[in-house]
Amino acid sequence: MEPAARLDNNHELAIKDFPYIIRWRDDRCKRCGKCTAVCPMYSIEPAVLVKRTLHSEGATPEPVATRRVETIIKQTTDIQKYCTGCGTCTLVCPNEAIEPEYNPAHKFNFHKNKGGHPYRRGGRRNDPSPSTLDKLRFSRISMLTDPALDAGRHEFRIRTYLGRMLPAEDLPVIVRNGKLVVDRKSGKFIPPVREIYPVMIGSMSIGALSPNMWEGLAMGITYLNEVEGMPVVMCSGEGGMPQRLLRSRFIKYFIPQIASGYFGWDEIVRAIPHMIEDPCAIEIKYGQGAKPGDGGLLMAHKVLKLISEIRGVPMGVDLPSPPTHQTKYSIEEAVAKMIQSMSMAWGFRVPVYPKISGSHTAKAVLNNLVRNQYAAALSIDGDDGGTGAAYNVSMDSMGHPIASNIRECYLDLVAQGKQNELPLIAAGGAGKKGNLAANAAALFMLGASCVSIGKYIMQAAAQCFGDEYNRCNVCNLGKCPRGITTQDPRLYRRLDPDKVAERVVEVFKSLDVELKKIFAPMGRSTELPIGMSDGISSDDPAVAERLKINFAC
Amino acid sequence: MALETMKEGHDGSGMGLILKGLGGEFEELKEFPILSGICSEQGVTILDDYMNKVGFKVKYTWTPKTKAVKGITGRDYYFSRVYDYPEMYKYRSLEDKEALLLKTRLELRRLGESDESIIVFAFYPDILALKEVGDPLQLGEFFGLDKSTLKAKIVLAQGRQNTNYAINLYACHPFFIQGYGTMTNGENTAFIPIREFLAGRGFPGYIGYNSDSEVFCHILHYACKQLGYPLHYYKDIVTPLKQEEIDERPDREAVGILKRSLRPLCIDGPNCVIGFTPDGTTFMLQDAKKLRPGVVGGVRGKYGLMSEECGLDRVVSERTKSEDMFPMKYDMVIIKPDAEEVMVWNQLHG
Repeated sequence: MEPAARLDNNHELAIKDFPYIIRWRDDRCKRCGKCTAVCPMYSIEPAVLVKRTLHSEGATPEPVATRRVETIIKQTTDIQKYCTGCGTCTLVCPNEAIEPEYNPAHKFNFHKNKGGHPYRRGGRRNDPSPSTLDKLRFSRISMLTDPALDAGRHEFRIRTYLGRMLPAEDLPVIVRNGKLVVDRKSGKFIPPVREIYPVMIGSMSIGALSPNMWEGLAMGITYLNEVEGMPVVMCSGEGGMPQRLLRSRFIKYFIPQIASGYFGWDEIVRAIPHMIEDPCAIEIKYGQGAKPGDGGLLMAHKVLKLISEIRGVPMGVDLPSPPTHQTKYSIEEAVAKMIQSMSMAWGFRVPVYPKISGSHTAKAVLNNLVRNQYAAALSIDGDDGGTGAAYNVSMDSMGHPIASNIRECYLDLVAQGKQNELPLIAAGGAGKKGNLAANAAALFMLGASCVSIGKYIMQAAAQCFGDEYNRCNVCNLGKCPRGITTQDPRLYRRLDPDKVAERVVEVFKSLDVELKKIFAPMGRSTELPIGMSDGISSDDPAVAERLKINFAC
Repeated sequence: MALETMKEGHDGSGMGLILKGLGGEFEELKEFPILSGICSEQGVTILDDYMNKVGFKVKYTWTPKTKAVKGITGRDYYFSRVYDYPEMYKYRSLEDKEALLLKTRLELRRLGESDESIIVFAFYPDILALKEVGDPLQLGEFFGLDKSTLKAKIVLAQGRQNTNYAINLYACHPFFIQGYGTMTNGENTAFIPIREFLAGRGFPGYIGYNSDSEVFCHILHYACKQLGYPLHYYKDIVTPLKQEEIDERPDREAVGILKRSLRPLCIDGPNCVIGFTPDGTTFMLQDAKKLRPGVVGGVRGKYGLMSEECGLDRVVSERTKSEDMFPMKYDMVIIKPDAEEVMVWNQLHG
């Protein structure tokens, strides 16, 4: 006998099990079909239903039943086609007849593992609560003896250094005729250092990003440097860069990244003899805050012609980057081999630094780098960082928040008197709630020399839908409805690179104003307030104690 | 008189004096170190015991002739004692002697810190320091400074004391370390990063920091003594130029790498720093925003470096006022020893 379960839909999930429920208004819908056409997940589909209406027209009730077939919009209950809440349907609807609504009582995580495949997605940790950074306040206002600075009138220098700084005692300078001169005879190596804007765009690859998105970011960066005089730089992510850019004078605004798959590096190495400028720096990726200990994967369907050319691989094959650098067995070896060989490739003129995921063991890496004169910085990526593709469990449960990680690393350097020698780059969650300037300034005061952003710029410059309520977050599927993280021309043509570039410029210009609005009342304008820990406070005594900052309530 | 000039500016929080180029009774004792400080009765015994143990012998003692003044609570024993070096140090280098003096001062400070039984401000040849909390003019009267026969070529005096943090005698301006002295008006907004940087230099004298202004003195010492840079690079360190400005300097290469390596020492202001170096050079400089008042004026042999012009009028009234100098953001006024020559060093031109 057939089980009753199949007859009464008992194997299906209920709409209430899904994270987003489609609110569709029959009275407004004109059945144009735009929403169903645009839905990246096929979560909504046109359907028909039979309506039976009763009506009676005479003085006495004489009900007549009428049956009508109507077209409607229906949300599927197939877990593979779950509504991500992206809201593209709402965007295209001419009559405001449809919108997804978040369902806090969903049971999505119980069911999203069909075929024994755990849930994988893009985005960042699904924790919508404010981060520690969001709760820090700037409470040291310069009111004691002086007027505070005027953010609009005074001159501000919001810059930082990327590169190894020698301790002053080791500088090869001598006094000659009352002036200091560099002693050429000393033969001492002065590591390369770049003066950059203290907020950079972090590593997002061409491949993870669509060509239009990457081009938009690159144009925005170039405009900021060339027109606005703001030396904002951007990391390439793994997977190389277009030859045209590598051989252009604009390469100085970019940081090519080498990661465990070494994708794109054959092409970069071949371009070295033809480069007319040095890149800003080289980033070696050892870890990523969003998915510590996990590798990368560019799905075969994203490996189209452009990607295959840049990465130097065939089209249409999966490109996995292993979790670890297969040729290295330890950070010591990595430091010795990779940092030095990358430095050597550019004649020791380019700063080379590693990026690791936030961890209790970050200090061990740090101390290794401190002792290597070729290590230019350390980038630490906290657990609120984003990714294009990862297992949900890695994103939600793995990693270390950036605030205390950067603080303990900075204080470790302070204890050694080396806080100015090896700059710390903080990443992972800056601007998570949209407060980029405040988060960045707090990170500087905790000890970061520079802050790196990724998810924030996707949200701010290209209206990425993703959020911490798991909205959208399908970067891994190549179905990005905004055209940001897809290689499908039908999708990425929706994204205008010029508009992205324009937004990048707007974002950084307004960030600059907001940073001034924070620094001015605190009396800081000439140097970035790195480690100015008396400037910030927390209303949580445990946080204040852990970060060694003031407690204020 | 220096204190009187501050009539309008001080807030009654304290008074500090450092004298250099001493005359009078100290004239003949120039090569011997002077220990300046305050002790309780019990502290004197501890101090004497310690100094005897190390081998320092008292050659001369100067104490201010204090008199009761309403509002000033006097302490037991104010002194500036001239010591003779221990036997084994007599023929040692100046460097060795300086290290011994510093070590001794720090040890005395440590011995008396918990109960304030010993407070020492300086232990160095030809330097006399006097500090106390209270109204500067009343303190002047209390110490009998108006009738004193003390003479000095360089007088560093400050009436408005550190009000940014808890008032403590170690927080009183001026500050001194191994021949370098400074005092400041303003607020050091970059205090914590500077303090942490100095404390990490591994030099035993870089401690204290009860005042956010003490770091200015230690930066001066670090730049000129530890690193051996000419004095005007102090300005380059505390108010670094922008890279495009550095590119115009003849010594751009050195200034560029210096700026990076000493980035945490940028004072960011708002501050006006007045100070002297061991050879008797005095200087005044401003922070990069020039937010504090500061004026230099005088006649050959007698110059005043003041916060306010009214103070200068009182001290050197015979000067040509139109020649007064108001150092701006790029300027460092440097007065050669004995006030023989004044120059304004412009940071843009190097």
